[in-house]
Amino acid sequence: MTERASGPMRWIRERFNIDPLIEFASHKQVPEWRGSFWYYFGGVSLFLFIVQVVSGILLLMYYQPGEKTAYESVRFIVTKVRFGWLVRSIHSWAANLFILSAFIHMFSVFFTKAFRRPRELTWYSGFLLLALGLGFGFSGYLLPWNTLAYFATKVGTTIVAVLPGVGEPIMELLRAGKDVSTATLTRFYGLHVAILPAAFTLILGLHLMLIQTQGMHEPEPWPGGKPRYMPFFPNFVLRDLLLWLIVLNILAILAVWFPWELGSKADPFGAAPQGIKPEWYFLFTYQALKYFPAKLAGIDGEVVGIVLFGIAGLLWFLVPLWDARTPRGIRNRFINYVGITVVLFIIVMTALGVR
Amino acid sequence: MTEPGISRRSFLDRLLGLGVLAWLGSVIYPVVEYFKTPPQGEAEVTSVVATKIQSVKPNSGLVFRFGREPAILVSGPDGKLRAFSATCTHLQCTVQYRNDLQKIYCACHNGMYDLNGRNLAGPPPRPLTEFQVTVKGDDVVVSRT
Ligand code: FES
Repeated sequence: MTERASGPMRWIRERFNIDPLIEFASHKQVPEWRGSFWYYFGGVSLFLFIVQVVSGILLLMYYQPGEKTAYESVRFIVTKVRFGWLVRSIHSWAANLFILSAFIHMFSVFFTKAFRRPRELTWYSGFLLLALGLGFGFSGYLLPWNTLAYFATKVGTTIVAVLPGVGEPIMELLRAGKDVSTATLTRFYGLHVAILPAAFTLILGLHLMLIQTQGMHEPEPWPGGKPRYMPFFPNFVLRDLLLWLIVLNILAILAVWFPWELGSKADPFGAAPQGIKPEWYFLFTYQALKYFPAKLAGIDGEVVGIVLFGIAGLLWFLVPLWDARTPRGIRNRFINYVGITVVLFIIVMTALGVR
Repeated sequence: MTEPGISRRSFLDRLLGLGVLAWLGSVIYPVVEYFKTPPQGEAEVTSVVATKIQSVKPNSGLVFRFGREPAILVSGPDGKLRAFSATCTHLQCTVQYRNDLQKIYCACHNGMYDLNGRNLAGPPPRPLTEFQVTVKGDDVVVSRT
């Protein structure tokens, strides 16, 4: 094979030994079973992240943070710049689809128990990626500086402040001051376009490297008792690409037919409008908090709620540690019940919140 | 007797560890401090002119700027003027006056306050902070009590 190569291939080979990579790709296999479908959501999330990077960079060409410029520059993008509305709409839609796809990916990993040894690090890094994704959503939401975003940010950051002791300092760190102001906008901007992308890229690199070196998780036990595989290249990759194309089409349809609204400019000295709601992916937390009574055993109900959510999140993150295998080593129904409860909880609370 | 070589080594190890810690601290500390926003000049406001008395109608409300925060001037159905901080005591949304209900209302989570700023219904845990209203000539002056 090395002999035959000439031209650019040889040029590269003389400088960088790519044979191990090719070797690796040609032997890589993907387990083929009824759960294989779910493998694709990791790839879809990756694709949507790439879309976000590209569309985000395009938006950067015109966006200007600042009290007098943030809203105006976004309006300029969506009304004056050629295809600006499309780029902005894609950025907003892809952000939401990314979160959705990452959630599906996470739950499929959870239910197929793919987080188990030796893939704990993949789970941990994936969880962090989702958390960073939510951070992207929260910080990006404020950037157009419209009324809804302004008050949603105010409420969202105040919720953090109810935590005794650490809450206030964290809130002030996020807001860059005591109030949600232009300083907050600048800080969120920095987070959104520099800090979060840097952290995300690093962890994503680790996540992908782990997946590539460990290979995809195989079902335990194999349905029918016999393992079946599909070559990663080209079979799996082509399917992946086809799905990316489909997702791109869905994205285009959504962005064109349901362009993202800009709303009215935020007025820090105006009354809050009706219908302040967080983005849908925060809705279930937000809705659940409403059901906590004002006082629980002498403590603010909201504090109890937030602490409980914190603990639940931590347990979820640490699932590889407490997921005890059954004596037979494989099935653990308890984990499934936990997962189903969580999914139902999220769906019901989100539905109640949308109403 | 302990070998001097080993104890010297562990001593050096410790020194190195301390050095690394000190170095990390001297990098991280300024960065953390950097993120703490210094207070922005604006002196604490104690009193502002909210509006002109002629423009205030009974049973109406006006949100205005009181230093860094929003405040609300409420003119009750009887025409009596009161002023409060407009920051909802729940999660800091800005409240408004609802003339149909004759109540102060927070749209974020349906919080309700009466004309004295007392929290009546919904999630707000505390009354609104009240300000003092005086009329000086044409000016409605609102000040911190
Ligand atoms: S912020 Fe006013 S009711 Fe929640």
